[in-house]
Amino acid sequence: MKVNNKTSRRDFLASSLLAGAALAGCSKPHDFVPEQAVALTGEKVKLLSVDGEVIEIDKAYLKPVPNMPTVTNEEERRGIPGKKFVMVIDLSRCKNLKKCQSACDKAHMINPGQNWLKIYPMQDAEHTAPYWQPTNCMHCDEPPCVKVCPVDATFKRQDGIVLIDNERCIGCRFCMAACPYSSRIFNWSGQDIPADVASKPYSCETSLPPKMGTVSKCDFCPDMYRKGELPHCVQACPNGVFMYGDMNTDIVSNGAETFRFSELIKEKAGYRLMEDMGTKPSVYYLPPVNRNFPFENGLENQTADDKQNDHKM
Amino acid sequence: MKNSTQLTEEQITKDLLPQKFGKFGMIWVGVLVTICLVGLYAYYRQIRYGLGVTAMRDYVSWGIYISNFVFFVAISLVGSLITAIFRLSNVKWSTPLTRIAEIIAVSAIVFASIIIIVDMGRPERFTNLFVYGRLQSPIMWDVIVIGTYFFISILLLYFPLLPDLQILIKNKDNSGKRLNWLYRFQGSFWKGTPEQHKICNKAINTLSILIIPVAFTIHTVTSWLFATTYRPGWDSTNFGAYFISGAFLVGSGGVIVAMYIFHKFYHLEKYITELHFDRMGRIVVMLSFLYLYFNVNEYLVPAFKMKKSEELHLKELFTGDFSTMFWFAIIVGMLIPIITLLFKKGRKPLPMFIIGCMIVVGAWFKRYLIVTPTLLHPFLPMQDIPANFRQYFPTWEEWAITSASLAGALLVITFFVRIYPIIPIYETITEQLESENHDA
Repeated sequence: MKVNNKTSRRDFLASSLLAGAALAGCSKPHDFVPEQAVALTGEKVKLLSVDGEVIEIDKAYLKPVPNMPTVTNEEERRGIPGKKFVMVIDLSRCKNLKKCQSACDKAHMINPGQNWLKIYPMQDAEHTAPYWQPTNCMHCDEPPCVKVCPVDATFKRQDGIVLIDNERCIGCRFCMAACPYSSRIFNWSGQDIPADVASKPYSCETSLPPKMGTVSKCDFCPDMYRKGELPHCVQACPNGVFMYGDMNTDIVSNGAETFRFSELIKEKAGYRLMEDMGTKPSVYYLPPVNRNFPFENGLENQTADDKQNDHKM
Repeated sequence: MKNSTQLTEEQITKDLLPQKFGKFGMIWVGVLVTICLVGLYAYYRQIRYGLGVTAMRDYVSWGIYISNFVFFVAISLVGSLITAIFRLSNVKWSTPLTRIAEIIAVSAIVFASIIIIVDMGRPERFTNLFVYGRLQSPIMWDVIVIGTYFFISILLLYFPLLPDLQILIKNKDNSGKRLNWLYRFQGSFWKGTPEQHKICNKAINTLSILIIPVAFTIHTVTSWLFATTYRPGWDSTNFGAYFISGAFLVGSGGVIVAMYIFHKFYHLEKYITELHFDRMGRIVVMLSFLYLYFNVNEYLVPAFKMKKSEELHLKELFTGDFSTMFWFAIIVGMLIPIITLLFKKGRKPLPMFIIGCMIVVGAWFKRYLIVTPTLLHPFLPMQDIPANFRQYFPTWEEWAITSASLAGALLVITFFVRIYPIIPIYETITEQLESENHDA
């Protein structure tokens, strides 16, 4: 499912601008000579020309925009109006496949060994059942990291997302000490970045290109949302563990299924991590009951090092 | 001061004028400069290759740079104790120690600022603190109060120096051309008129009052860098007082070490006497008790409850990986000083010097114990990380940079002593005159 089923204003403006540019100087569609010959589809779209006329052209003349024009830093700091992004993680579906993790690492060019998304083997007490708990940034409504940042490099947006501006971060790592969920990582030594990414200006929404000497963490993929797609982890999970959506429209989806957020939380007794900290996370968990897989199925994906340390727990 | 009553003004001036470096002094400076140069090279590597050259990783994201920063801020507090608190409570015997304390304060606070920039991943963005600074961050509070403390400390060093600068200018044969130029530049306006003395005294009194809340604030705010987070070992309402009491202790330890060096190697036995060691010894006993008291609060109360989040942290300190260092800091940094200094023999210069060193070393490791073990015990277990993220042992670059900052602080003090009289000449003379008049 597309979370964003209405074409956004941005989308509309972008495509009409493009078409408008192509049509500049032509007042009638039949005068239009495309640069390259295209096979007409017969499907017409209405556009507003630069002269203010409503014109109708064949859909084939529209050029797809591969990447949306970059959002300004100011817009990135403000957030997407009217949204309140949430995530629901269904613990009964997770078997530590780590597909979410590898997809996230790849998309955000995270240094090998570091992760924004970690899958914890949790066991709350000696005689309680173990379960797998994927954990990313909680995008808290009372974010301790934002409180301590001295330069407003990490900030809370009106749509609930906590982002990092790595053109501003001074690398003091106070936010890392402040975060009780250990969800922040630091770019200790930099990395090799493909030239096309490295040359782009930094975007808080894509967290790209990575910058040495700064902090990064899960960004809740607002860039994907703007493209009408679900975050990388949500798309990568074959078991539908992650559900992402908007609290205002009350819809969350893992791609295959869509739920009413409030009902899902009510029916499955959703909860959040470390409520006692008062951080008010935007990530909700559904308890590991009626599981799809036994806990042991996930053990094969644990690294030797993790296994050794789990044993110590 | 009984044993200095027979000294004449000329004798005092001659004794206290800055001395040229001897052979030992040259070696000392050479060693310190070498350490600084090695540190600079290590820092060049850190700039070039990033903070990855340190052993800090995502869990232990603060290492010895930060504990060293806390150490520097702590030791700098002694300036306010000896200069301001003693002055306001009319403690006369501390006069020869004021300048020692104040230069320790100034050089420590300078290197605290430097080391915090060294710890930054993006030191070139330092100015962002002023361009985008947000007042709600404890780091901003630290920037503000450390800046304030630095300026007040500089003034508290400078104002009492003015009459001495006049003496230095008078005795211009003692120093070379450039130094004399410096003295004239800094103090030629000082004529020593009663009016000037009045203004100067007023200013010093005002600054002495001002510096006390500022000193308390710098270390309280430094403690809040930790206490405003949720982490086990840091989440404590005790932290401000705990840090301040520790700071006075380590600062006094530092002053004792410096006192001994001046007493012994600069041959100032007539000015820094056994009486001073005895008095400082008593003060250190009190401060050690105070710090021990806060330590008991800090560790025993959570240990009584053993909350799940605190449990691993406390066990690692008491009996685990950090236990050797933990008990070293408690026993060497607090218990042995208390026991030794309770006895009169323990308050003689040499045992005092050893105790002073123990306090300073113990305090350095104590700061390390405050910063690092907590970071190794996060709320969620460490997971999905390479094996070297699970522990922390500083790399040579970190040791080199940290040593360089300590050497740099000592170098500042050393050069200060070379240029200015470390014991206030004018005040020593005046106090002597006063006591003579009193005797007569």
